Amino acid sequence: MSKARNNIINRLRTTKPEPCHFSERDHLSRFNWDKEERINRFVERMVAVRAEIIHASKDDWAEKIAEICQEKRLKNMLVSPETAQGKVLYNMVDQLPDLQSYDHEIEDWKSEMFNQTDAGFTTTLGGIAETGSLILWPTKHEPRLMSLVPPVHIALLDTNQLYTTFSEVVKEQGWVDKGMPTNALLVSGPSKSADIEQTLAYGVHGPKELVVVLIS
Amino acid sequence: MAKLSDFRVRVEDALANEEVRGNFRKAMDGLMSRRLDQFPDEAELERLRTQAMAIRSNSLDNLPDLLEKLETNLTKNGIQVHWAETVEEANQHVLAIMNKHNAKSMIKGKSMVSEEMGLNHFMEELGIECLESDLGEFIIQLDGEMPSHIIMPAIHKNKRQIAKLFQEKFPDIPYTEDVDELTQTARKILREKFFNAPVGLSGVNFAVAETGTLCLVENEGNGRMSTTVPPVHIAVTGIEKVVEKLSDVPPLMSILTRSATAQPITTYVNMISSPRKEGEMDGPKEVHLVLLDNGRSNIYSDPELLATLRCIRCGACINHCPVYVRVGGHSYGTVYPGPIGTVLEPQKDGLKAHGELAQASSLCGACGEVCPVRIPLPSLINRLRYEGVRQDQSSTKDSGSRRKTAEALTWKGWSFAAQHPLIYNTGASAAASFRKLMPSKMGAWTRVRTAPPIAAKTLHQQLKAKGIDNE
Amino acid sequence: MTTLLQPDSVYFYGTCLIDSVYPNAGVSAVELLQRAGIRVIYPQAQTCCGQPAWNSGYRDEAREVARKQIALFPKDIPIVVPSGSCGGMMKHHYPELFKGEPDEAMALQVAGRIYEFTEFLVDVLEIKLAGKGVKTDVAIHTSCSARREMGVADKIEQLVGQLENITVHEQHHKKECCGFGGTFAIKEPEISASMVTDKADAIRETGASVMITQDCGCMMNISGAFEYENQHHALRMPQSKHIAEFLLERSEVLCTKYDINVPETSDTTEDATHG
Repeated sequence: MSKARNNIINRLRTTKPEPCHFSERDHLSRFNWDKEERINRFVERMVAVRAEIIHASKDDWAEKIAEICQEKRLKNMLVSPETAQGKVLYNMVDQLPDLQSYDHEIEDWKSEMFNQTDAGFTTTLGGIAETGSLILWPTKHEPRLMSLVPPVHIALLDTNQLYTTFSEVVKEQGWVDKGMPTNALLVSGPSKSADIEQTLAYGVHGPKELVVVLIS
Repeated sequence: MAKLSDFRVRVEDALANEEVRGNFRKAMDGLMSRRLDQFPDEAELERLRTQAMAIRSNSLDNLPDLLEKLETNLTKNGIQVHWAETVEEANQHVLAIMNKHNAKSMIKGKSMVSEEMGLNHFMEELGIECLESDLGEFIIQLDGEMPSHIIMPAIHKNKRQIAKLFQEKFPDIPYTEDVDELTQTARKILREKFFNAPVGLSGVNFAVAETGTLCLVENEGNGRMSTTVPPVHIAVTGIEKVVEKLSDVPPLMSILTRSATAQPITTYVNMISSPRKEGEMDGPKEVHLVLLDNGRSNIYSDPELLATLRCIRCGACINHCPVYVRVGGHSYGTVYPGPIGTVLEPQKDGLKAHGELAQASSLCGACGEVCPVRIPLPSLINRLRYEGVRQDQSSTKDSGSRRKTAEALTWKGWSFAAQHPLIYNTGASAAASFRKLMPSKMGAWTRVRTAPPIAAKTLHQQLKAKGIDNE
Repeated sequence: MTTLLQPDSVYFYGTCLIDSVYPNAGVSAVELLQRAGIRVIYPQAQTCCGQPAWNSGYRDEAREVARKQIALFPKDIPIVVPSGSCGGMMKHHYPELFKGEPDEAMALQVAGRIYEFTEFLVDVLEIKLAGKGVKTDVAIHTSCSARREMGVADKIEQLVGQLENITVHEQHHKKECCGFGGTFAIKEPEISASMVTDKADAIRETGASVMITQDCGCMMNISGAFEYENQHHALRMPQSKHIAEFLLERSEVLCTKYDINVPETSDTTEDATHG
């Protein structure tokens, strides 16, 4: 154990602050939002930060994605062939831009990722209505940079997985018991900054565009 | 006339700079009104503030235990923990990691603790390049400046000033004042840097003991880039940033972003619990956390000043400070400006260095009113004034060092008179003592105001004449 | 805490600034209380609440002065202070100042009986007023201590709001400090000057002919700036009035919750009684 560590811990241990037991610590903002309300709130928030929302059904979401790709003239898109949703897309390659799989370590193809990749498609673990957020736990099939480096991020969200608050997500999805992944993310819109004169500019370092395909 | 202190000189310069003052006023007015919109229900806001205070108080009540737990869980997750008592030690930890990887540069996400460490300067002396990637930090680094605000580091500049700076630094790119175009210029330059950087460095907003998780909030994506693309990620943070449970994060984060930039949430909430695992395709292969004390454990020893450590660095106190909005962040001459800087800096670096800041407050209370974790900032400022002039021993660094004999005598004289009504009523009265207190400085009062009119007959005399009962 | 069942008498703590600079504010407050049927006791041995020293870090010096003050109010009756700042000192900081001291109990006892003047009129007396005099445009400046420490910003608004011939105009950055801050104005004169100049401008811009406030510190600061700018730049100079002076000049007491000995009023209208 380092000397610094022991000194710091020992110094802290010589003080015993008066314990304050606040019951307010567990206060939860409660909203009685039904599913429709949650969808409305989510959409409202997302649109407010310039995310695009595409409503779809369980049957036509893939076609909707094909339309988005055409509209945005995407030449290629990262899609995992391992996820159920990815498989659907790989089954309709003729309607889609060149689908690419992120199946080797970034060091091997960093330049293509940074310079030649138009879009990344990812699934999500759900969404949060209060803040308009997507929940992402990147995996080896859908790695971290898929939703960050390409200029367009297309994400699929099942409205059955739309929670009210982040607190609710942590609890109901059992994050602590499950164990945290290497990286867990909440994504609430495309990358932006207000560092120049408080003026919003989009696409600073992350995606310039975020498209959320909402499956009802 | 006594020589003005460095602080007063900077203040005079700042007050004379209409353009910069205008930049601050405009920005702070916007931030204040937008924050208010985020909390439409006042009663709920008060509950949330109490909750956030409770979470942070719990962290501090159990700080040593939680730090040990954090270390245990981070280590279990494969994140390497380094402890630093001083900024020098923290810099050495970072340097050792850099050297181990033979790294000559790093890309940085926003980190106030790295500013506290003077990391960029330290590394540059050794020929190691530290490039700021947060847009605001990038801008001020180009201009060789320090952040003027802890959340919006380039808030003192307007877009015209930034456009001129870009023109000067990147002559090949056509001049523009268009914010989108300026932003895209920065994107292009920094993308390449992210691509090549061997090491990424970031701060931490909350470190969760229960799960060994580092939480970072940001809007631009540079934080995610810095913590994902380079093969090595170094996070630096103060020892007070730990929270006990993962369930502490959502409420704290929510009040943080709403108080700071009036956002219900930032674009990205980045929760890091381990380096790249076997089979994963990206993410750093090494993650380090440097835990910095730098005076915090000393602040911890005082039951009242301890509240300083509850701070979650939202900057709301700064945004609402009538002094800050006029003098700007650079006048403070410290890493953390505004009310939180006024409270933190003299404790961290000593009253000799920064004790004067405690005077630069009208104690109006606007800061304490908005603090999301209910730090009683005005009371702490008052306390530091006391620490500056007290004569007995205390744990605050350089306590008593600001005591001046003449001033102390004036207060002793005032106190004696005010304890003896007969003396007091024959001339030692308020306005008289107000003038006597600083006779040479009455000039400053009358530079923009007329002198207070002294009444012909005091209230004592008038009420006595009216026959108002004495008891 | 006093029960306040029948506050037929109160202590009046005039404050040092009112004593020497604005005695008329104190005299007006006393007179207004008397018109509301209250017997006023003014302990002649009062000097200063100790705040200047407290805010300068000279706690021992402040405490010794405060110790003399807390001995002045032996009866269990309210202590009315025509200042949010001094009221805040006595109500909120005396308990800190005397923590662990022999006089702690007395300090707490006194603190519990402190009422800022407008707070006393509105919350305790539930005073009803009727306006008199010509139509007037006013701006209200509430001190930071009245607003944030005492939490009584709404009281002055409520009182002025009862007067039907008075129009209140809101200045921009209304809640921002005027830059007085006691010794702050002397220790950091440049910042303070910038603050008071902005405040004076904002109030002048409303077009109000009178600025009303519940704290004489702010009044000394802002009116000093008005007067300076009038003398040097020929800018319009609104009058400055402590709320007690203003109410005494511009209103009649109709009744209070207790309605003890309220004198008959002559020139009030029916409507005003419902205001």
